[in-house]
Parts: sequence; C-alpha cells; structure tokens
Amino acid sequence: MAFYVVQFLTGLASAASLFLVASGLSIIFGVTRIVNFAHGAFYMIGAYIAFTLTERFSGAFGFWGGVVMAAIAVALIGVIVEMVLLRRIYHAPELFQLLGTFGLTLMVEDLVVLIWGPDDLVGRRAPGFKGAVDFFGQNIPSYDLFLIVLGPVVLGILWLLFQRTRWGVLVRAATQDRDMVAALGVNQKWLFTSVFAVGVFLAALGGALQIPRDAVHHAMDLRIIVEVFVVVVIGGLGSIVGAFVAAVLVSELNAFGILIFPKISIILVFLVMAVVLIVRPWGLFGKPEAAARKTPGLTVNPWRPLTSNERLAALAALVVAAMLPLFAGNYALTVGSEIAIFVIFAVSLHFLMSVGGLASFGHAAYFGLGAYGVAFLAKMAGLPMIVCLLLGPLLGCMGAAVFGFFAVQLSGVYFAMLTLAFAQIVWSIAFQWVSVTGGDNGILGIWPEKWAASPSHFYWLALGVAALVTIALRVAVFSPFGYALRATRDSALRSEAVGINAKRIQWTAFVIAGTTAGIGGALFAYLKGSVFPDNLGISLSVDALVMVLLGGVETVSGGVIGAIVYKALNIWLVSQTDLSKLVLGGFIVLIVVVLPKGIVGMLEMLAQRRRKASPPGSSLLAKPIESAE
Amino acid sequence: MRARNYFVGAAFALLAGGMAHSALAQDIKIGEINSYSLLPSFTEPYRKGWQLAVEEINAAGGINGKKLVVISKDDGGKPADAQTAANELVSSEGVAMLTGTFLSNIGLAVSDFANQKKVFFLAAEPLTDAVTWSKGNKYTFRLRPSNYMQAAMLVEAAAKLPAKRWATIAPNYEYGQSAVGVFKKLMSEKRPDIQWVDEQWPPQGKIDAGPVVQAVAAANPEAILNVTFGPDLVKLVREGNTRGLFKGREVVSFLTGEPEYLDPLKDETPEGWIVTGYPWYSIKTPEHDAFLKAYQAKYNDYPRLGSIVGYQTIKAAAAIIAKAGSTDTDKMIAAAEGLSMPSPFGEITFRKIDHQSTLGAYLGKTAQKDGKGVMVDSAYKKGSDYLPSDAEVEKLRPRD
Amino acid sequence: MSVAPPLLAVEGLTKSYGGIHAVRGVSFSLRAGEILALIGPNGAGKSTCFDMLNGQNRPDSGQVRLLGEETTGKKPREIWRLGVGRTFQITATFATMTVRENVQVALISHEKQLFNLWGSAPNFDRGEAGRLLELVGMGGYADRPCGELAYGDLKRLELAVALANEPRLLLMDEPTAGMAPRERVDLMRLTARIAREKSIGVLFTEHDMDVVFEHADRIIVLNRGTLIAEGSPAEVRGNPQVQAVYLGEGLVYDSRHREGTSA
Repeated sequence: MAFYVVQFLTGLASAASLFLVASGLSIIFGVTRIVNFAHGAFYMIGAYIAFTLTERFSGAFGFWGGVVMAAIAVALIGVIVEMVLLRRIYHAPELFQLLGTFGLTLMVEDLVVLIWGPDDLVGRRAPGFKGAVDFFGQNIPSYDLFLIVLGPVVLGILWLLFQRTRWGVLVRAATQDRDMVAALGVNQKWLFTSVFAVGVFLAALGGALQIPRDAVHHAMDLRIIVEVFVVVVIGGLGSIVGAFVAAVLVSELNAFGILIFPKISIILVFLVMAVVLIVRPWGLFGKPEAAARKTPGLTVNPWRPLTSNERLAALAALVVAAMLPLFAGNYALTVGSEIAIFVIFAVSLHFLMSVGGLASFGHAAYFGLGAYGVAFLAKMAGLPMIVCLLLGPLLGCMGAAVFGFFAVQLSGVYFAMLTLAFAQIVWSIAFQWVSVTGGDNGILGIWPEKWAASPSHFYWLALGVAALVTIALRVAVFSPFGYALRATRDSALRSEAVGINAKRIQWTAFVIAGTTAGIGGALFAYLKGSVFPDNLGISLSVDALVMVLLGGVETVSGGVIGAIVYKALNIWLVSQTDLSKLVLGGFIVLIVVVLPKGIVGMLEMLAQRRRKASPPGSSLLAKPIESAE
Repeated sequence: MRARNYFVGAAFALLAGGMAHSALAQDIKIGEINSYSLLPSFTEPYRKGWQLAVEEINAAGGINGKKLVVISKDDGGKPADAQTAANELVSSEGVAMLTGTFLSNIGLAVSDFANQKKVFFLAAEPLTDAVTWSKGNKYTFRLRPSNYMQAAMLVEAAAKLPAKRWATIAPNYEYGQSAVGVFKKLMSEKRPDIQWVDEQWPPQGKIDAGPVVQAVAAANPEAILNVTFGPDLVKLVREGNTRGLFKGREVVSFLTGEPEYLDPLKDETPEGWIVTGYPWYSIKTPEHDAFLKAYQAKYNDYPRLGSIVGYQTIKAAAAIIAKAGSTDTDKMIAAAEGLSMPSPFGEITFRKIDHQSTLGAYLGKTAQKDGKGVMVDSAYKKGSDYLPSDAEVEKLRPRD
Repeated sequence: MSVAPPLLAVEGLTKSYGGIHAVRGVSFSLRAGEILALIGPNGAGKSTCFDMLNGQNRPDSGQVRLLGEETTGKKPREIWRLGVGRTFQITATFATMTVRENVQVALISHEKQLFNLWGSAPNFDRGEAGRLLELVGMGGYADRPCGELAYGDLKRLELAVALANEPRLLLMDEPTAGMAPRERVDLMRLTARIAREKSIGVLFTEHDMDVVFEHADRIIVLNRGTLIAEGSPAEVRGNPQVQAVYLGEGLVYDSRHREGTSA
C-alpha cells in the first residue's frame, strides 16, 4: 500500500514541473493566440541560466535566488522577443507566429551549446531538500514533496492573479474576446507583452527548478515542448485549472501505467490526448473556440487560376528544371530529387492548410505511411518498383481516411493537436513493432530498379511526379470541390446554410492530402533506399508546416516555393556548417519579420501594388487592423 | 538581395571558418559524417580526436606521400540527412571512403548506402550488432566493440555476482532492446538460476525517473542492469540515490564509465557499479601515454572516449589506404580484411569474417575521488575475447 | 390566393432551456408569395423560434412542415436542399472569395457538384451567378473580394446567395440590422419585389418597426415565448396586447435609437 501512495506522490511531483511550464503556455495561447513553439526554448534557457547562477552563488540564498533570478532574466528575454518579433506578426495569418517561434527555437538550440559548451551539465541539489523522507519504508525525495506543494501554490497564485487583480480581469476578458478588450480602450500592446512575460517566467521557472533532478543540456526543449502542448490541449486551451488537472492525469497514468506496460511512456500522452479530444473536442476544461473573426486584411488578393502567360512561365521553369541533368552532377541531381519530393509533401499539406484551413501538425504520418507502404510491398511482397510506387501511397490514403474522419470533427488548434496525436501513435507503432517495421533501425535496401536508378532518371521521375501532383492539386483548388472546401474554411455557418456537408468535404480533402503526401513518401523511400520512423516524426511534420508558412499560406503556389527555398537552404546549410540550426533559425526569423505574408505572399502583394496605384481603401478593410494595434 | 547575401556570407565566414577545406587533386580525401549538432557532448571530443589523427598522419608525410584531407558533415541525427551527406561526399567531393556515424540507425543507413553505391564505409561508433552481422555487407567495417561484445564483457563480471533476482532499465529503442536482449541471453546461459523480475523501458531522452525508480524498487531485485546514458542516466542516478534504489544492490551498466557520461555525475556518482568505459587517468601503456600527451598538448583538455574513437577511426582509415596502396574500393576492402594496427588501447585487427575490429573496452567499477566520478579496478578487455565462434558468426551474417 | 396550400406550417413549437420556456406552443403558417414578419421584444423567443425553423435548433415538441414535408429536427443543409434560402443577422459570407465566387459556391452546391474535382469552378454557371448578382444590384461588384464590401453590400450578396437554389421560402434573420436607414428601405423593397415576382414566401424577424409595417403582408407577435397576436399590419398595430408589450418596453414603433446594438 505504501508503495502505491509513494508512486502516486511521485506522479504528483512529475505533474508539478509539467504544470508550471504548461500553465505559461496556456496563458500565452489564451490571450495572444500564439502557438509558442519557443516555450521549450525558454524552459531550457531558464535551466541554463539557473545553472550558471546557482554554481556561482552558493548557499540557500544563492540557490533559490539564482532560480528566481534566472526566471526573471528569461522573462526579460521574453519581453524583448515579444516586442521585437511577435508584435510585428500578431496580424499575420494564423500560425505564422508558430514559424517565428520555431525559428527562435532552432537558434537557441545552437546558441546554448556555443555559450555553455557541449557537455551535459549537472547542477546542485536544492539546499534543504537534498535527502528523502521515509514513508513506511519507502523513500520520497524531499524535493519531490517541495514540488508537490509548489504546483498547487502556483495554481493558487495564478488564480488570485486572474480573479483579484485588474490585470487578471483584463487577461480573462482578452482570453474570451480579444477584440472586445481592444474596443474597451485597453492598451493591448502592454497587455500582450505582460502576458507573454508571465508565461515565459513560468516556463523558465519550470526549467530552473529542474536543476536538482535533471541534467541541463541542449535538447531539453524538444523533450518538453510537445508534452506541454499535449497537456495544455488535454486540459483545454487557456484553462489554467485544466492544465493542472491534465498534468496530474498524464503523470499519474504514466506512473502507474509503467507498472503494467513498461513501454507505455513513449506513447501515453498522445493516447490520452486522442481519447480526450475524440470524447471532448475542446479538452477537459476548455470551451468551444469562438469562431475566429477573419481578418479582412486576408482578402486583398483573391485566388485565380494562372493566366496563359503565367502558365507559359511555369512551363518554362519546369523545362529549365528538367534540363538540370545536362549540366549538374549526381549530387545536385539527388538534392534536386529530394527537393521535388518535398514539393509534393508541401503542396499536399498546403492543400489541406491553405485551401481547407486545416493546419495539420502530423502530416508526416501520411508521408511516412506512403514510405512504409513501399517498403512493405518491395521487401515483403517483392513487387516491382512501379507497382510499389502506385500502391504504396494507398497506405497513406488509408491512414488519412481513418484518422481524418476523427480529426475533421474538430477545428483550429484542436484539429492540429489531434493530427499530431495520430501521427505520434503511428510513429510509435513504427518504432515499437520491431518484427514488422524493424523499429528505429528501419527497413533497408529499397533501391530503385535499373530504369530509375541513375540520379538523372530518378530526378526526372521525381520532378515529373511533383509537377503532376502540383498541377492536379491546382486543378482541384479551382474545381467545384476546391470552392466548396474554401467555403467551409471561410464560414462554417454559411456553407452549412447552402447545403454543404462541411465534414465530408474536409474529410475528402484530408484523404486527398494524405494520399498525396503518401506519393511523396513513396518516392522518398526509393530515393533514400530505406525507411525509418523518422519519416513519420514530428520534426518532419514541422518541416512541412514551415515550408507552407514560408511560402505563404494565403497563396496558391506558396507550398511549391516554400519547399524549394526551405529544403535547398536546409541541405546547403547542413552541408556547410555544424551551426545550421542557428543560421536557418535566423533566416526564418528574418523572413517572418520582413515578409510576414511569406515569400509568395509578398511577391503577390508587390505585383498587386504595381497594378493598382492605390489600394482599395475601404474603411472596413482597415478598421479591425488598426483597432487591434 | 545583395544585403542578405552579405549577411549570410558573413555568418558563414564567422561560423564555418574552421571548416574550410582546400583539397588538391592529388590529396586523399576521406568523408566523415556524424551527429555533430545533435550529440555535441560526444562529437566534440570525437572531432578533436580525428583532427589530431589527421595532423599526425600529415606530419609523418601523409599516406604514401599524399596529404590526407578529411571532409566532415553533420547529419543532425537523421538517417535521411546522413544519406544526403554521404551522397555529397561521394558524388560531389569524390572521397575515397566514408567514415563516422554514431547512432545505430544512421550507421545502418550509411552502410546500406555504401553497399548500394559500392563505397568503402568504416563505421566508427554505432553499436548495433546488425552493422556487422544481420545487415552486414562487403563494404562496411566497424571500429567500436559492438553491443554483443560489451554485453559479453559485462556478463563475465555479472555472472560472478551472487544476485539471482535481476531487473533491467533500458531506453526504449533498438540499442536498449538489443543490449538487454544479448545481456539476458548470455547471462541466462551462464547462470540458469537467475530470475528477471522487472524491466523498465523509458523513452530515450524522456525518462520520468521517479516512477521508474519506484517501479524497479517495488520488484525488489538483487541486481540491476542499466543501459540508459546521457541526461537519462543523470536523472536515474539522482532519483535512485535519493530513493535508495542502489543501496545493497549490484548494478551493471553499459558505457557508464565513459567520461562523457561519468563526468557530469560529479559527487553523485554511485559507487561500485560494474561498467564499461574509458579510465584515461589510469591507463599506463606506452601507446596510450603517447596519445594522451599529444592530445593534451594540442587541446589542453583530457580525452573522452569519443576522442579515442575519432582518433582511431582516421588512423585506421589511413592504414587501410596505405596498405591498399590505392583508393580503389576493392583493394581497400582486401587491405582492411585482417589488417592489424596499433591503437591507444593496444593492437587491433579488422576481422575478415565479419569486418568487426577487435578494439576492446575497459571494464571496472565506479567510484568517487575528490568529488568526481572515476573508474577503479579497471582492466582492458580485448574485443577478440568476447566475440562468438566463427561458425556462429557465419550463421549471423548474410553471404556477401 | 387564399386557396393555395401553406408553404410553411408550424404547429405547437416548444423549446425550453433548463425549465424556462423560450418558446411555447407557437403555431402559424405562411403562403407562397407572402411576406410574414415575426416580431417581439428582446427575449420574446424570436431567435429560438427562427433557429428551430432553419434547423439550427431542435424543438422539444411541435412540428415544422415545409410544403407538406416534415422538417422538424433536420439539419440546416437538409432544409436548404428542400428549397429554403436564408440570411443571417450578422452576415455570413466567404470572406476570402470574390462576390461571384460566393454565389458560385451556392450554385455548385445546388447542382450537386460539390465533389467535382475536375471541372472549372471559375466558369461554373458564370451566367447564372451574374444574373443573380444583377438581380440584387451587385452586378458591378462581381470580381471584388467579399472582404472588401461595405456592410449593406454584404447583405445584398447574402440575398443573392440565398436565391441561388431557387428557394420557395426565404428565412431572413434581422435582414436590415446594422444598415443605414436608406439601405434598409432599398433592401426590403428589393426583397419584396423578388418575393412577389418569384412567388417566394418570406419570413423575417426585425427590430425596425418601420421596416416591418411597410413591407410585411402579415405580422405575428411573440412575447415570452407565446404568440400573442397575428394579423395584418393594421390589425397588429391596433392590438392592445401588443401595444402593452411594446409600451412596457417604451419602444413603440421607434427603432432609431436601437441602432448599433446589433452588428
């Protein structure tokens, strides 16, 4: 019995640290609607700075002072980030902030190694909490007890802050209805900045408090960020109590789950999230998201099919690309093939995200399923390459049909997180089912047949498929189905009122996007000659999001350009420097600040400015933007 | 546009300054791939190791009179990126051979690439047995002692312990699974009387150490096998110490004696664990002394195991090319098979039968000295003593 | 005209929320070509009643029949397929699409081409879309992005969209809310003309009594969830019960100071 009590308390201690970080993320999202990918990075910087301070200043005062000072210092960094970077992009398309904070995260991962060195750092134990307390023969670390108390205390302080102060009232009001607060004449700028600072403070405090239990190292951020997102979503976005309950739920399920299924940790949080979201689409304590008021600024550039001149230009570009083998070497051709494959991947997500308004955070699942489909067919059934290429993507199609059905019942960030959960579940199956998938060692030896083996032939194959897929999806965008899909994105109310079954349209789009991603994955398996769980992993899903956002989510061809720019740059940087993340992250942040509509979006805007001397200055167009400033 | 070019260019000049390589046509180029950005705590000393080797080789006149140039690429911990890098090195840079890699899946990906493109590949670090056995191929050789070899070394010591009830803690991926698998198999052969009472599989890099420690303690084992390393190990040790998990229990642990993993533990280093590792401070052989002196002189730092691996990888590559007298792949394979050469750990041989080198490891016990973790009572275990019989190996390895 | 069967027949419609009767036993009917106004003070149950007609809300009991077919509890999109067009109190349009595309979406849906992946949507029923836009006086705006439109134009666009499926019945929730007085009159005149020309029945709720009394053929009045009066504008105007209700609120026939409460 004592054992179960202690296991429960241990779970509570894990929950406390998770809650600290999650509450910060939840507050930030609730008010600013920023999907703060950099939250884990702030957590990590908090730990690093706290390490430095606690090593320098000894004693109880040095330790606790160091922890708090570190959190404050990081909060100040957060303020700078908010003012310099995020303020510029609050009115960029949804999720563009994700791109900016993703860029920051990349930079921070390299910066901490540059500043603090490559070694894992192990800090001091907390003065006064070094030992353990005996509980009927079981030892409970006293620091765990400290954390168990700290969690509810922080919850209480936050509650008081939100219920009893004017600032808290404003924050709650802003969580409910941002525009209303702006209309009340509140200085929204400083409200956002202060909220961001508080959120970052909590993240950094969470990181700093890990010093006595964990090692400080440069991958801490990735370890926590996804888990924290999951906790926030399970709890319900913007709900602090929800975050607390979810943290306890997840930690306790893990603490007791490993007693029965020792391998469950790897997937547990995602299983819980998938179940919760299917049963309660807005998390445990969340409320239905108020229908996002579309920023009218979005609409400046209506989509239209290419003019015949533009078609010729696109054709010319394709012809030029097809002539690459005449003057480029094998390496360039292989890189070209890889870029072509990522164009397929990016346009498939772009179709779902831009046309359907459904931002999937787990799109790599269908890419990877396509790749595994090929691997199974080629290695187990021994089918010829062309058959594998045709049938392999069907695995992506089936995955998308099953998961898409559940995912499209949700919208917004909840949709995104459910797709992430499904992707992680698929990933962990690929990772764990060693007898079939080879686990993390993957499936090897899937090389192209003779007719496609030479780099130039494979390049033509990849380029041809990429061109076909891009054209097909463009046709779909301007097909009646494409219009219907855009209609469901723009207004659920109106599309229902003109007889459109939005869920079925979105589900179809999901399956189309998943199948297309699967085509990319199938080619990728042959390009690399192997398949690994990485091919369905989070980082690949994030890559796809970044490509679409970089190209411009409001445009028709953003996916193509985004994929080419991002992938080419990525490959080049990785080849040129070990600090590729720092440079790439810096580049992304720069793009976010300079081109807040993405590359293609900016080009289109410039083109339009040239066409029209003066923009159509309808008062309605400009008003909400100004009022929110 | 020009401004941005300038910016990016300047950034490169700053960041990649140390990496500039100007290879001449008559130089011998070796391509090297590792997870520099993902695993800097291992790869930084590793890089220093191979850079020292390059310097020594060229100072001694190069390889058969030609200058050796190593072109190094980061794989970011992703098999797909490692293949892109391999492709660049082979197609674009025209390297004579590929070397490096840390993670098992990347080792396998590059090995498969080498097999497909008929390129010589000397795997430095990846431990999975598959590299030389189940997925072994003609073109791939490996330097480090494999999972099997390390397990066999540990089993030799573990079997002598009186403990009968064993629990295991290992990261939930192929490395952890196969380490536990081999250890259990070899252990059960030697000690049919032992029982496996619990196993814990925390996700790699994400251990929730408190519950794991509790769960293991609840099974009340007499001895524990640990396969976690890095930050996971730190968390496990801290929780285990505080909760008294290791009190009165024997612990046998993979790799924990390597400075990369032992040093961070400082005054929390547990005492008396049986570990494999690299006690650079207590190795007193002329070969190692020479290496240690050269390393410390060049870097003003002590070597980690990564330094040895990096150093020996390039030394081995150079020896293979020198013996082959050419960079022709088949000649290099012929030269490498059965090649014996010196190393800081003594003479090693690349076996003809499975392309595994006989580089060994040090086995010892952990202890604390002046608030730092060290290995004591350590002894070098030759790799050749911990490999299965040739008949068994032949069964494990597909025919070339 | 009086012999024509009712287009819409509502019987005993009831809905309560947590013990409070929002709508209680409401019955009325509507003939083709007739313009019927549903009025009542705030909280009278107009919106609840309206939402039960268009499928957004399910009644606890009672029946809604459209052309003799039971539609109670059907989804909005199913009711639309039966020939019911609707406009919203706060306009709902496809903001990133052009004015013409907004109408084309409705036409695509009407012709059951929603899953057509191959055709050219920009050319889909272009002529019909143009005619509908001309009908509501938006012909010159066809290529404008919908998000750029002034509010009154959005209302007219909604009307064009609502007409795309050749409806028999139009449901208009506060069609003139948020519009300037001049625009209100224009919009309602336009609606009335179209309704009579095409013999479409129109049911609308409205706060602006000028609009109601000028355009409605018949008026029904709700108060506290029950129907308290029904009849021609003149009859309703003279009804003492209605007067009491509205006098109680101090809002007799004067809507001007209510402006801006919606939108």
